[in-house]
This record gives sequence, C-alpha cells and structure tokens, in this order.
Amino acid sequence: MGSGEWGKDVVSYSHFPLSSPHSPLVRMPLKRKDLLGIADLSPEEINFILDTAETFRDVNQRRIKKVPTLRGKTVINLFFEASTRTRTSFEIAAKRLSADAINVSASTSSVVKGETLVDTALNLQAMAPDAIVIRHSSSGAPHQIAKIVDAAVINAGDGAHEHPTQALLDALTIRGAKGRVAGLKVAIVGDILHSRVARSNAHLLSKLGAHVALAGPRTLLPFGLEKRIAPAEGSVTFACDINEAIKDADVVMMLRIQLERQSGGFFPSLREYSIHYGLNRRRLELAKDDAIVLHPGPINRGVEIDSDVADGPFSVILNQVENGVAVRMAVLYLLAGGE
Amino acid sequence: MRQSDDKLRCSFCGKGQSEVKKLIAGPSVYICNECVDICGEIVSDAHKKHSGGVKMEFVEKSCVMSMADMNRVLARIASQIVENNPDMSNVLLVGIRRRGVPLAERLASRIREMDSVDVATGALDITLYRDDLSTVGERPVVNKTELPANITGKTIILVDDVLYTGRTIRAAMDELIDFGRPRRVQLAVLIDRGWRELPIQADYIGKFVTTTEKEIIKVMLPEFDETEQVLLVEQK
Repeated sequence: MGSGEWGKDVVSYSHFPLSSPHSPLVRMPLKRKDLLGIADLSPEEINFILDTAETFRDVNQRRIKKVPTLRGKTVINLFFEASTRTRTSFEIAAKRLSADAINVSASTSSVVKGETLVDTALNLQAMAPDAIVIRHSSSGAPHQIAKIVDAAVINAGDGAHEHPTQALLDALTIRGAKGRVAGLKVAIVGDILHSRVARSNAHLLSKLGAHVALAGPRTLLPFGLEKRIAPAEGSVTFACDINEAIKDADVVMMLRIQLERQSGGFFPSLREYSIHYGLNRRRLELAKDDAIVLHPGPINRGVEIDSDVADGPFSVILNQVENGVAVRMAVLYLLAGGE
Repeated sequence: MRQSDDKLRCSFCGKGQSEVKKLIAGPSVYICNECVDICGEIVSDAHKKHSGGVKMEFVEKSCVMSMADMNRVLARIASQIVENNPDMSNVLLVGIRRRGVPLAERLASRIREMDSVDVATGALDITLYRDDLSTVGERPVVNKTELPANITGKTIILVDDVLYTGRTIRAAMDELIDFGRPRRVQLAVLIDRGWRELPIQADYIGKFVTTTEKEIIKVMLPEFDETEQVLLVEQK
C-alpha cells in the first residue's frame, strides 16, 4: 500500500477492526427483548452473558441462595416437550432471583383440548408475565410467540433448531475448565441432524473462536449446515469418522441418541451405533491428555457414552448442570428486569 | 447510462471503482469513500440529536478534597475506627463497589500501620439488591461480592465514597444479612452530601459537604481515574 495514497484496490471487510470482546470498561448490556437463538448474538453479547453468569455462580454457593433482584416478576415455563433438567433449572433460576415461577406443561394445559399455540400465548400474555420460557417440538415456535407477547421470550429448545441456554452453559463450563474458548478444538459427536444442542453450540463456540468438529453417522450429519454458520474467528467442520473428530480435541461433547426421533432407520442398531460412535475410555485417549467430556443429558449409558467415561475424572457433566442454573439466572436477570 | 464499465460498483450511489477514490467491500455489497463520508455525517448528526438533551456535560465548581486532604481524612477515620473498636481482630472492612473497595483497602493498610493489626477486607456488589432495578432502563453490570466465609458475630464496617440518598447502604445491609448475622454494622464514608431518603447515618464521615440536588460529588481514585481528588461538579 502506498503511503498516504488512496489505492484503487478494494479493501476487504475483514480489515476493519471489530470491537474488542474483552474491553473491560465499555461493555454493552444485552439490548434485546428475547433470547431466541445463538445465531443472532454477537460475541460481545455472549461474553457479557457468560460474565454475568459467573457472578451468579457465586450466588449459588451462598448460604442463602436467593437475591431479591426479580421480586414481583413472573416467569412462566411453558414446556410442550418433556424435560427435567432444563425446566427445573429455569424454575430454580427464577426462584433464586425471587421471581414467581409457574410451570405449564403440554399434558396438563389446554393444548390437549385443541388450543393453538398463538391462543395459548395470547392467554398467557393477558396474565402479564415478565418472561416466558418455552420449549416446543417445532422449530420457530418461540419466535412466533415472541412476536405477539410483550414478555421476554426465552427459547428453551425448539425442534432441531436452537437451545441457546444449553450452549451458553456449555461455554461457561468449557471456559471454567480451560480458561478460554478461543483456539480450542471441540468435537461434537452423535445425532447432529436432530440436535438443537449441536447447532447452538456450533454457532456459539465458533463465534468465540473455537474449532468445532461435528461427527456422526453420515445419515445423521446435516451437510451444508457449516455454510449457514459463518464463524467470525473459529471454524466448523464435518467428519464421519469419530476418531478423526476426537483426535487432539480439547473438549469432547457427546450428544444423546434421541430414541424418540430415530424412526427413520438412520443406523442399523443401537449396539452398532455404540461400537462405531460411542465414547469409551480407549477412544477418549485420542483426545488431548487434559480433554474434558461434556454431555447435555439425559445420558444413555452404554449407547453414546460408557459409564466409566461419564463418571470418570474427565467428565464435567455435572458441572454443566450446575452452570445451567447460573446461566439461566443471568439470562432472566438481563431480559426480565426493567419496565 | 453508466459511464464507466467497472465490474465493482458502490451499492449506494452506483459509481464504479474507477470513479471513486476507494471502494470498500462488505459481504456481497460495496460502498465508496464518498458514501462513507455521507454516512459518517448522518451518524454524527443523529448522535448529536439523540444525545443532545441527555448528554452529560459537567462543569467543575470546586475541589472538595485534594490528594493530601484525602490522606489526612483517611488517617483520621482509621484512628477513629481503632478507637471505637477495641477488638480489631473481629472487625471486617467491607467496601461497596466500585469506589468503596479501594477506600476500604486503604483504611485497612492505615490501621495496619497504626495498630499493627491485620484487618480483613471484603467487597460488596449491591446490584442484585437495588430497589430501582425495575425502573432503570438497562440491566446494570453485576460484579462479584467477595466476603470471608463467615461474617456471623463480626463487626462489619461498610465503606463507601459518597453517602447520598442512603439507598445503596440499605441494599448493602440487606445483602450482608443474607450472608450471616454480624454482631454490629457501622458505616464509614469519605463524603456525606446530605439529601437522605432513608433514615441512615454514617458513623465515620470524612467531610460533610452541602450540595444542591443538581450537583454531583465526583470521587476520583487512581484505581479508576487519572487523578486522586474529590470534585464538586454540576451538570451543564
């Protein structure tokens, strides 16, 4: 480039300095009504949520694990799909912030009487909640509800689309164990096709600069997904060979084989799946010596993960659950407060 | 008809690459230096309009305390604390974030010099206990509260820079109680500026300053600012 001369060449967009994610003083708070997915979050927003969650981890260690922050606020947990961990976690998070948490599950709601999703949402809206946490088997259901209600809508899993708070708690766990996310190799193994956890994590971890290797049987790999995930710094790749994905990985994330979504004959048998794609002690040796093992739960012991790995020293599966409460407290605090 | 046969054109004004000084590429769009200038003007105009009425500009009215004054005042408060608390080993100095924390550290080191007792310090972030959370627009950043394991039975001295409405101290006391049952709680502040909205008074005051509601006391500490002094400023 000439000194001081205007070159005629085209300057690439990537030459612009992006705002630093670690600027200590000027941090933009989360300025949005809803948390629907990781795809539209900036790395700054992600780090802001994670930093806030770090503080709430401390609150969960206190003698009195309750702060008056969301006193008088109402959080509705609207779950159209079965869930123990996520629903309990959101409920505990809301209660520890002093909000009133109400759980609605599809089997006990008017849905069984034929009420549409929009009507359910409008009726809930009429009761003036401050946040609605929704899990639904259809991708985009939370987005539709977010358009029609004033409350903050938090996606707790929609179809095979996104599960943002799971990805955030995974990132918090990885950051806690490794001290960083950028530059790590993360293998995500299993049924990528049906997994909203894999999608949200691929978005989030690559946005923070990790190299994500998605691996599973060819029938369960959504090729083309990597084109829709445009990581700013990291990368997203596919592998049909689990060994290739796990090799030298810093983090191995195993996904649950979703028995309820396996009617399509994606693989011959669970036994065969376990042999080729299950994580056992021998396979884990391919990863780095200090690799950690994550699993979003619930685990199918002996299918995607052996018991001695799930319960072993590298496993941070229960740390994930612990961090889940902190992340959901952070999200509720950042979205459900205020007018 | 376009004059040049450039392949790359500004997506805003349509000028070709050879007609402008610089063309910048984004994801499937281009913008020329001229349009960038226009955008810059629009943004700065909008910024002026948007923040014109709200933008905080301060006029310095007087210097309340110089660096030397601050040192003297902290030394005095430290000796008052020692005088009032015969058993210093049971005392815990808790600074309220942000500026109370370095002040508590300084008081502790003064007491250490004076009495050669090690006084424990802690930090309190009262964000989660604020009573105005639902009225402030943006969620304030939550920082960590760091207190020793057990505060039950301790004498706690809360330290803050400015005592104003008293609401911060109310929040701090609520938070403390959630951590245990202190033997007693005292309050030390560098400046008491009046205008209390709750029945709260300090036990140790650096200086009482008469203020109007519009005025702001700016405590500047090297941990956060370039200088060390206390200023009385007013919003323009």
